[in-house]
Amino acid sequence: MNALSIHNLRKTYSNGFEALKGIDLEVKQGDFFALLGANGAGKSTAIGIISSLVNATSGTVKIFGYDVKTQRNLAKSCLGLVPQEINFNQFDTAKNIVLNQAGYYGIPRKLALQRTETCLKQVDLWDKRDTMSRRLSGGMKRRVMIARAMVHAPKLLILDEPTAGVDIEIRRSMWEMMKDVNAQGTTIILTTHYLEEAESLCRNIAIIDSGQIIEHSDMASLLTRLHVDYFILDLAQPVTILPTLNGYEIKQISEKILEVGVPKERGLNDLFAQLSTANIHVISMKNKSNRLEQLFINLIDNKNARES
Amino acid sequence: MSVFIAFNTIVRKEIYRFIRIWPQTLLPPAITTALYFLIFGKLIGDRIGTIHGTSYMDYIVPGIILMSVITHSYANVVSSFYSTKFQHNIEELLVAPVPNWVILAGYISGGILRGVLVGVVVAVISLFFTPLNVQNPAMAMAVVLLTSTLFSLAGFINAILAESFDDISIIPNFVLTPLSYLGGVFYSVDMLPLIWQHISLGNPILYMVSAFRFSVIGVSDVDISLAFLMTGGFILLLTFFALWLLQRGTGIKT
Repeated sequence: MNALSIHNLRKTYSNGFEALKGIDLEVKQGDFFALLGANGAGKSTAIGIISSLVNATSGTVKIFGYDVKTQRNLAKSCLGLVPQEINFNQFDTAKNIVLNQAGYYGIPRKLALQRTETCLKQVDLWDKRDTMSRRLSGGMKRRVMIARAMVHAPKLLILDEPTAGVDIEIRRSMWEMMKDVNAQGTTIILTTHYLEEAESLCRNIAIIDSGQIIEHSDMASLLTRLHVDYFILDLAQPVTILPTLNGYEIKQISEKILEVGVPKERGLNDLFAQLSTANIHVISMKNKSNRLEQLFINLIDNKNARES
Repeated sequence: MSVFIAFNTIVRKEIYRFIRIWPQTLLPPAITTALYFLIFGKLIGDRIGTIHGTSYMDYIVPGIILMSVITHSYANVVSSFYSTKFQHNIEELLVAPVPNWVILAGYISGGILRGVLVGVVVAVISLFFTPLNVQNPAMAMAVVLLTSTLFSLAGFINAILAESFDDISIIPNFVLTPLSYLGGVFYSVDMLPLIWQHISLGNPILYMVSAFRFSVIGVSDVDISLAFLMTGGFILLLTFFALWLLQRGTGIKT
């Protein structure tokens, strides 16, 4: 069953701006799905329509088979949303914020209190439950929103840049938590600008650009389309003359740093053999950019080139 | 059942809000009305004498109570709902399966409760100045409930349409306060020149103040049944308008 089905969804704002130009999207139940796109690509508009915060111009959206227009309350009860911006009452406590949300979903108070405790413990905020939310750090506020979105145990959880502005330690703990939630059967749709986050967490992906879906496939097959990996090599000694490497692109970044483009079919062994022949000793190497990031840039560039 | 829980949650949140900030919500009407009673009721009232056979103090008490109910039921909903909109936490309600009528009923109930609570506070303050012998308590309660419902609805609509904090102070400052003062709170319309008597009859607050005064001291400037009819009619009209705005998503959705 599809957790989310979108068909020919369009949104034109009152100023004439066409944010969505007839997108189609399907997300399977239990999936961990990445919805990626640059700022202004249409991600937030799409999420706004899915979560009933934005009125669609035309098209259909179904959540677990329930149409968000005609079966709005049934569709909403399946959905949890962690929005991009902090959107809770900053003058309320973390506990009240989560507890009230449970109430809006019709959860009886006794059960709501239990679930609030469970969710706040899950995001490691139980100790801060009575702290006025405006006194919480940015990362804590994001975790309050995650707890709030999970309190009614939604079948579909949409996370709109949940780790933006969060330090790496908390980000990694949030990744683990998201993996656990997904493993327990919750379908997750994630938007993020950290593409390594999408690559490591998500199984399927859609890329949206200028209101259109330009890619919709599974992560593994998408990544195989990346023909060249770029690596940064740290050298033991400075290089004065750039060597010619047969079958590889090479660029000097500084005296002791090289950038090498490695075609998938050639691999790394031949590269290192040629570097050794040229008497260049590599002490470490790393990816220039995340693979998905490279692919994302390629896709957007290709689309722009086609259009121009 | 789930709808009732959602309603209960909104009302509980609203009560928690205005109780938490009681120095802003409950204390000012106590001080302001104490000054009204002292200055208008005692110092000036003693020189005015009686109106319709009652002392001036007794005459203005019902009007001041109802004026406080009007102001505070309106203020509660307009400030609470606009803040919810401003901080975007209205989205908490919009993503949840809460029908529009439950959102409206929840906020209006919060406004009614604050209006009634302020009415009680002002009534208690008035006891320091004059005994309050309510002639028809059921009618008095009905007028307070209907009036606070009406002005809570008006506050809700104001909050939906407001685009800035300035917009939520325009109606109270330039419409509500003048209409309240000109609604016979401090005088009987019989005391006005004939032309102003006719103009005053176009002020809906006059009917509510008169109905409440009638229920408390048995004196009224207008037909009581007309007062109830008008209030009920306005409530229906504003309810449908507020629900229509919510359905369209005016001011809360893009």
